[in-house]
Amino acid sequence: MRAKNYFVGAAFALLAGGMAHSAMAQDIKIGEINSYSLLPAFTEPYRKGWQLAVEEVNAAGGINGKKLVVISKDDGGKPADAQTAANELVSSEGVAMLTGTFLSNIGLAVSDFANQKKVFFLAAEPLTDAITWSKGNKYTFRLRPSNYMQAAMLVEAASKLPAKRWATIAPNYEYGQSAVAVFKKLMSEKRPDIQWVDEQWPPQGKIDAGPVVQAVAAANPEAILNVTFGADLVKLVREGNTRGLFKGREVVSFLTGEPEYLDPLKDETPEGWIVTGYPWYSIKTPEHDAFLKAYQAKYNDYPRLGSIVGYQTIKSAAAILAKAGSSDPEKLIAAAEGLSVPSPFGEITFRKIDHQSTLGAFVGKTALKDGKGVMVDSSYKKGADYLPGDAEVEKLRPKD
Amino acid sequence: MAFYVVQFLTGLASAASLFLVASGLSIIFGVTRIVNFAHGAFYMIGAYIAFTLTERLSGAFGFWGSIVLAAIAVALIGVLVEMVLLRRIYHAPELFQLLATFGLTLMVEDLVVLIWGPDDLVGRRAPGFRGAIDFFGQNIPSYDLFLIGLSPVVLGILWLLFQRTRWGVLVRAATQDRDMVAALGVNQKWLFTSVFAVGVFLAALGGALQIPRDAVHHAMDLRIIVEVFVVVVIGGLGSIVGAFVAAVLVSELNAFGILIFPKISIILVFLVMAVVLIVRPWGLFGKPEAPARKTPGLTVNPWRPLTSNERLAALAALVIAATLPLFAGNYLLTVGSEIAIFVIFAVSLHFLMSVGGLASFGHAAYFGLGAYGVAFLAKMAGLPMIVCLLLGPLLGCMGAAVFGFFAVQLSGVYFAMLTLAFAQIVWSIAFQWVSVTGGDNGILGVWPEKWAASPSNFYWLALGVAALVTVALRAMVFSPFGYALRATRDSLLRTEAIGINAKRIQWTAFVIAGTTAGIGGALFAYLKGSVFPDNLGISLSVDALVMVLLGGVETVSGAVIGAIVYKALNIWLVSQTDLSKLVLGGFIMLIVVVFPKGIVGMLEMLAQRRKKASPPGSPLLAKPIESAE
Repeated sequence: MRAKNYFVGAAFALLAGGMAHSAMAQDIKIGEINSYSLLPAFTEPYRKGWQLAVEEVNAAGGINGKKLVVISKDDGGKPADAQTAANELVSSEGVAMLTGTFLSNIGLAVSDFANQKKVFFLAAEPLTDAITWSKGNKYTFRLRPSNYMQAAMLVEAASKLPAKRWATIAPNYEYGQSAVAVFKKLMSEKRPDIQWVDEQWPPQGKIDAGPVVQAVAAANPEAILNVTFGADLVKLVREGNTRGLFKGREVVSFLTGEPEYLDPLKDETPEGWIVTGYPWYSIKTPEHDAFLKAYQAKYNDYPRLGSIVGYQTIKSAAAILAKAGSSDPEKLIAAAEGLSVPSPFGEITFRKIDHQSTLGAFVGKTALKDGKGVMVDSSYKKGADYLPGDAEVEKLRPKD
Repeated sequence: MAFYVVQFLTGLASAASLFLVASGLSIIFGVTRIVNFAHGAFYMIGAYIAFTLTERLSGAFGFWGSIVLAAIAVALIGVLVEMVLLRRIYHAPELFQLLATFGLTLMVEDLVVLIWGPDDLVGRRAPGFRGAIDFFGQNIPSYDLFLIGLSPVVLGILWLLFQRTRWGVLVRAATQDRDMVAALGVNQKWLFTSVFAVGVFLAALGGALQIPRDAVHHAMDLRIIVEVFVVVVIGGLGSIVGAFVAAVLVSELNAFGILIFPKISIILVFLVMAVVLIVRPWGLFGKPEAPARKTPGLTVNPWRPLTSNERLAALAALVIAATLPLFAGNYLLTVGSEIAIFVIFAVSLHFLMSVGGLASFGHAAYFGLGAYGVAFLAKMAGLPMIVCLLLGPLLGCMGAAVFGFFAVQLSGVYFAMLTLAFAQIVWSIAFQWVSVTGGDNGILGVWPEKWAASPSNFYWLALGVAALVTVALRAMVFSPFGYALRATRDSLLRTEAIGINAKRIQWTAFVIAGTTAGIGGALFAYLKGSVFPDNLGISLSVDALVMVLLGGVETVSGAVIGAIVYKALNIWLVSQTDLSKLVLGGFIMLIVVVFPKGIVGMLEMLAQRRKKASPPGSPLLAKPIESAE
């Protein structure tokens, strides 16, 4: 007990020392939070993406002449730690806005923080529909196409399949649950003749793939919806390939076409899955070419979807800050609502009605090429085309 | 019918992977009594090294040679760790080694990303075991059959090793009674080192053999370590056959359970463990632990209330802490509040661990229940903040009352694991019961009312409660109840012989600790404005353990310092570097080696030494007593 005061003093001296590197007063600061240590496979390309964006913004004269600085923090995959980081960024770094986050629960935690502290927050990656709809608030905007949008894109392709007996495999947490729920709902609306014959809910990150594959096969579905990703997907695909689960069955799969998840599969990539993803090698638009060239020149590596998300997050944030001409959150909201910005996927708009961006995704089929997984027959789906009508959105979202 | 046979075989294959890793852990624990948290890390390094080797060496020999080579390489790393790190701390208080291996695990998680990069790695398939075998229209991967065949072979080899060699005899003897083995003149050092090497070898082999079916990535360790521990405990500590049976039991229940309840996997092992431990308190094949003949090491340095000078110093420290809002900004104040809350949490566990001798691995359950209690009251009943703060912890209290009743029937690691099982059950309820708890998206918008909303007011509130709680628990330590509780810790038999109802005392202590943790959780909910299942998760329970051990488990209030140091350092590192785990892990390992009694424990010892200016052999006296533990 006697030593307590020394330790308190020492601890706070350390903390205070950490803040000494605050940037110059005339810079415009963005606070960025992501799960760098928990999900490096996604966040490393993501970081490269936003660093490229910062460089480009500053090379083009910054934001209304001021230099853009991004201060980045790790949340370790914990909502509580993300809030500590958000607090540090807002209270002691004095950032103009918050951006980032990957996991849905962290996105929601930061969004609730933003709402409480009246700070502008641009969520980069979290997919949950709740962040713009049921738990949406006026301070929070979201870049990536939501669960609902990706499901709607997949349903469009899936509903054309002849298959009537469907099974689902999804990680047992909010993302998996809501992906399956939306997919089922939209699918059953379009195809009332469909039967859902089995569902498997392995714990996220802990799939025991053999029994899961066996159980799905036993239900004898004609088609399978998969929502697992990362290491779970690898295990599922390997077991499924060996046990012949995918033979003669259609598979529709969330996110599998993203290089982050497709590339590790190498020569085990299953062919013909209908997936959402990012075929960076086959996008031939001037906007994307420019991005690809800049990215490869800087990093000597190809971009993943995370790179696009990181890049576009900061690009959008810079555009919002430039238009608002101020770091006042109310002005930022006014500037962001309805704002259209260019992106590597073409122009996107932040909708006024629910603060969702219209960034889309690519839907295509998986294939094997030279022992590597690729996406073929892919086409870009604009986000705006896969959102429900305004009247429905009004019902989903609480009034500000 | 064919389907059920194949599902059974699939379950056996899963059991095989689990068994290899579990057997290693079981051996290590049985002999050295180390709760080897790093076992999963060794499993992961095994997989990474095997991946690198199999990519370099081609052909059948290359593949299988790589697997074995990887396991041997990791076993050597294990030997190094044992000799450099663990050997220094065998005489530290029980569970202190957990802290060392926890630090090691943190470091390894960052190191593998630094060495092998962030991407998931997918290794080669095993030559000769690429395909599947047709069984009445069902496919069984041939690699599964290989694994199914391998695990009885490993079991057989281990059995021969233990039953037919002198080394095995010594290992079994040490598992049963290591003090006696030491007394008979066996060189414990090398016995421990060799046991550790064998255990780590098995873990790494288990990891290496996953290459053809799994992806290699930096979170593999956490995915397996808890489950493996559960398997070991279900089987009975130190029993290899038990580990085998438990692995099969768990895997088969999972394989068939998901046919009826597809969401069962998330909680199954913990349910099985809770049931097994309630019915058979020493696991399926375990034997009751012989009554410890340790001389309570604490009598060396008897606890005493603070002297009036020390009280003044503590008061002065509190006053200084209370002046923080005069010069610190909002961020520091919020961090200060968080630290104060963790002081409450750590102190509550410390009360249970060091006063009651009951180490809980699931203490976060009561912290989280307190947080959820507040969230329910505030969001659903719309009660004012003060009422929520007063009533919210009651949920933690009720949880502790129910679970504590069962848990205190056990002791030692079995007690710890049962608390872990209960915590995981609570966690999975919070995680799955989406309509009430919001699932993993949590409950949002639990913000403090105006009077407590400003960071400085909230800081004073948290600090005040933390001080009150610490003082109250200290007072309890030196109350008749505290003496009775310490008696149950030091000698259960003697306690009961003098007419104290030991179980009731321990149960009461459990409820007190749970309620106190709930108070911390209630404040935490308001600090963060939201509640997530994380708040009752394993990693929070581990954090609390680390804080207590860091402070010093043999002290009266070491957890206060442990919590301040660990939490402040953690927040600062996470904010400053992406390699926070590497640095934090290194720091913990350093502390472990330099302060084998924890920070406060060490300071007290130094103060004690200084006091006894001419200690006639007091360090000498202390030593044999400690080592008799």
